[in-house]
Amino acid sequence: MLIYLRKRIVSSALPLVVVIVGVFALARMTGNPAALYLPLNATQQMRDDFTARNGLDQPLLVQMADYFGGVLRLDFGQSLRTGEDAAAMALRAFPATLQLAATTMVLAVLLALAVGCWAALKPNGVADRISSFVSMAAASIPDFWLAIVGIWVFAITLGWLPTSGVSGAGAWVLPIATLLLRPFGVLVQIVRGSMVSALSEPYIKLARSRGAGELRVVTHHALRNAAAPALTVAGDLTVGLVNGAVVVETIFGWPGIGKLMIDSILQRDFAVLQAAVLLTAVAIFALNILIDMGYALLDARVRPVTARA
Amino acid sequence: MKTAAQTVLPGQSRAHEVVLSVRGLAVDIRTHRGTVRAVNGVGFEARAGETLALLGESGCGKSMTAKALAGIMDPVCDLAGGEVVLNGTDLGALTPKERLKFAGPELGIVFQDALTALNPVYTVGTQLGEAFRIHRGLSAKEAKVQAIELMKRVGIPEPESRVNSYPHQFSGGMRQRILIAMAVALDPRLLIADEPTTALDVTVQAQIMQLLRKLREEGQMAVVLITHDLAVVAEEADSVAVMYAGNVVESGPVSEVFSDPRHPYTKGLLESVPVHVARGAHLKSIAGSPPEIHDIPAGCVYQSRCPLVQDICLSVRPQLLPVNERSADVQDDADNYAGARPSRPGRVAACHFSKEINNV
Repeated sequence: MLIYLRKRIVSSALPLVVVIVGVFALARMTGNPAALYLPLNATQQMRDDFTARNGLDQPLLVQMADYFGGVLRLDFGQSLRTGEDAAAMALRAFPATLQLAATTMVLAVLLALAVGCWAALKPNGVADRISSFVSMAAASIPDFWLAIVGIWVFAITLGWLPTSGVSGAGAWVLPIATLLLRPFGVLVQIVRGSMVSALSEPYIKLARSRGAGELRVVTHHALRNAAAPALTVAGDLTVGLVNGAVVVETIFGWPGIGKLMIDSILQRDFAVLQAAVLLTAVAIFALNILIDMGYALLDARVRPVTARA
Repeated sequence: MKTAAQTVLPGQSRAHEVVLSVRGLAVDIRTHRGTVRAVNGVGFEARAGETLALLGESGCGKSMTAKALAGIMDPVCDLAGGEVVLNGTDLGALTPKERLKFAGPELGIVFQDALTALNPVYTVGTQLGEAFRIHRGLSAKEAKVQAIELMKRVGIPEPESRVNSYPHQFSGGMRQRILIAMAVALDPRLLIADEPTTALDVTVQAQIMQLLRKLREEGQMAVVLITHDLAVVAEEADSVAVMYAGNVVESGPVSEVFSDPRHPYTKGLLESVPVHVARGAHLKSIAGSPPEIHDIPAGCVYQSRCPLVQDICLSVRPQLLPVNERSADVQDDADNYAGARPSRPGRVAACHFSKEINNV
């Protein structure tokens, strides 16, 4: 398992470099930060000084080499806005997003498992039709629209929930509800589909012939077989939550990594943006490794050959 | 006349007593083109320590009969009638929950394809032990001990280490042994074996049949063996019920049915076995194919392929009647046979010309 892990980490390094190069180049296309940070009446001399001070007058390749040199020494540069360490800012914003994403995914997976299994028990039955409609709707509603309607209805009209911020449990409801819908809707359909096919396998019949009741058949025999596709898609959806987080955190003023990214782009705060993207990319790679380990845990057939047979 | 299998049976008191009695079993399948009758009034008896073979070609309804008996029909199938009495209990009268109590202790089933019949994500030990956990309330640890015992019983080498292996780590023959072990875990009175050797190569087939025979004799189980293999029937079974298009067309002791078939289908099957055929000579076969399940004709189900077909066969479906009593007077006297319950499985055939068949 350790050999496998090391292999995965090594093979993740190159894609990370590519991500950084891409973000590095794209960020600089947004324009010169000097135009934002200096007063409108700043002289050309002041602009050149600012650019040189921040190393932005160097050719792109030199800047990039400098940056990677720094990264290897775990120096991710400073924020243009605050002068703070970029990595520290990204790490400070990360837990807020992680909490939001983790809570959302746990809820989405649990709800989807329950609804998906319920639907799969009787394909094309009433439960199946209802869950199919609900999940399709949930997966199709755009998150930004839902977020704004949610604020309008529950925060402004009814006044039940705060419009933004992180104070109190109520503040979690709208961001989570907004983020939850799509993963929930997609997962219900995946769980339903793989449960229907698992439940029609001969080993399910055989389990019944041993006297296994409905609950045991579903939770013990079918669910573990149906879990792998759901796990794949759940991983993918978690990555998608980063996109959702950018929207939701911006709308609800959630101080997470998504909001940090947007602010950094708007402020041309390159170092912070790069640190945030790098941190997110590392988190996604870690997630993928966890998912692969999850497969191995669920199904002996996909365990790496180093594992004991 | 007795078969070889009967003479080697130990003379226990329970031996030969009727364990399973099936009468008029009917199964419907709901399809897009409407409901069709896949199994139509099938009846037979299985006795302790004996093997009853359900013989027929693909699609004749033999597997569906097996699944109906075991209570594990596909969701699109409905039990449309009949009576299944296992050890004096009418299974049809049980609620699904009561029925689960029978699945395992009273009745075990073995499938054809052991790879798909075993759950790929659990060790064989877990699956072998499951019956003990469900029905006897054993702990995981105790169930594992039982699983190892079972593996020994069916001849799997090194059971102590193999118990933690997964199904894909076994060969086809070993998987089939595991499946059989699962079915006999709780020493059921009835074992249904649905083509247990079809997916295996010939040498392994023989070993598996031998194992089934050993277990049958040890536990005085009644075995319902579903097969299309005439040789397996001849070697293993005491009695046989020949199925065609959802109906039993002939049944009786194997030796009698095979030496003196009274239904043209049975006769055709037996004649199509290639024995002592000169090289280059044509192998015999039954012309045509079974009727479409949506389109079972009135009259005899075998009419389209029967060499003896007459006008009466097109309009009147022949009853399953004792072959030696058949005459114009007792034509519709099927109850006579059903009520009498002869001490040995009787010879019955569903053909208007079962007497004349050998003169043709």
